[in-house]
Amino acid sequence: MTINEVKQRLDADAVVLSDKPIEGVYAGDFLSRVMSKAPSGCVWLTVMNNVNVAGVAVLAEINAVVLCEGVVPDALLCDKCRAEGISLLTTPLDVFSACVRLGS
Amino acid sequence: MSELIHLHYDVDGEDFVSCGHASEDVRRTLKSIGISGEVIRKVSIAMYEGEINMVIHADGGVADVSICEDGIVVTLSDTGKGIADIDQAMQEGFSTATDEIRELGFGAGMGLPNMKKYSDSMDIKSEVGKGTVVTLKFNL
Ligand SMILES: Nc1ncnc2c1ncn2[C@@H]1O[C@H](COP(=O)(O)OP(=O)(O)OP(=O)(O)O)[C@@H](O)[C@H]1O
Ligand SMILES: [Mg+2]
Repeated sequence: MTINEVKQRLDADAVVLSDKPIEGVYAGDFLSRVMSKAPSGCVWLTVMNNVNVAGVAVLAEINAVVLCEGVVPDALLCDKCRAEGISLLTTPLDVFSACVRLGS
Repeated sequence: MSELIHLHYDVDGEDFVSCGHASEDVRRTLKSIGISGEVIRKVSIAMYEGEINMVIHADGGVADVSICEDGIVVTLSDTGKGIADIDQAMQEGFSTATDEIRELGFGAGMGLPNMKKYSDSMDIKSEVGKGTVVTLKFNL
């Protein structure tokens, strides 16, 4: 999947768009659980909104973050995603609906 | 095994909004010297968990990374409150994190289990009131 396909399927807005390919999907909010289970290269759906989200994405090699439920991204999170080349999208969909759209 | 590179970091215990800088620097260094991607991911995640634990549970500490021909050793030492029951702390889901810390996404009680999962060997020495030393080894 490309990040543009993810964006379209989720009716998402792009804060940062990077061309890193997307392999797999993970949904969750607790950072240690994400680092335990999220596959490398995935898109991560969450409502967690602080700069550590980008830190975790860098270290766990997550290529894109989608903030669900209309969460407005924190400024530091935007800056860090931009600096690290991690895509950052926002969608009004809840996490379940977003998963359904990415899974079908 | 003779040491090729040694990295040392002071980990600030004040700021849990912006943390993980030592682990990110180690990641960059490992990339620049051509360590395999799989090992880099394991070291990055395990060290980050240890670094964050020093920040949120021990008011900071120091991290040392020793890169040798056949392995990488990460040592995280603090003089914080220590861990009373290490077996309990190692269980998935056990956490003493406050609500304020949970709101930042930490406190799932998965950090120590992740450090075990992603390292090739892990040792914890801790004394209540004195501090904690975690040693993580990764084979190359
Ligand atoms: N360096 C440390 N000093 C003192 N206590 C610690 C230290 N590291 C871990 N602990 C204790 O062990 C518990 C479990 O640690 P662990 O990293 O597994 O979970 P957590 O930090 O609470 O949550 P998570 O890592 O999932 O964000 C902690 O809640 C804390 O009580
Ligand atoms: Mg932890």
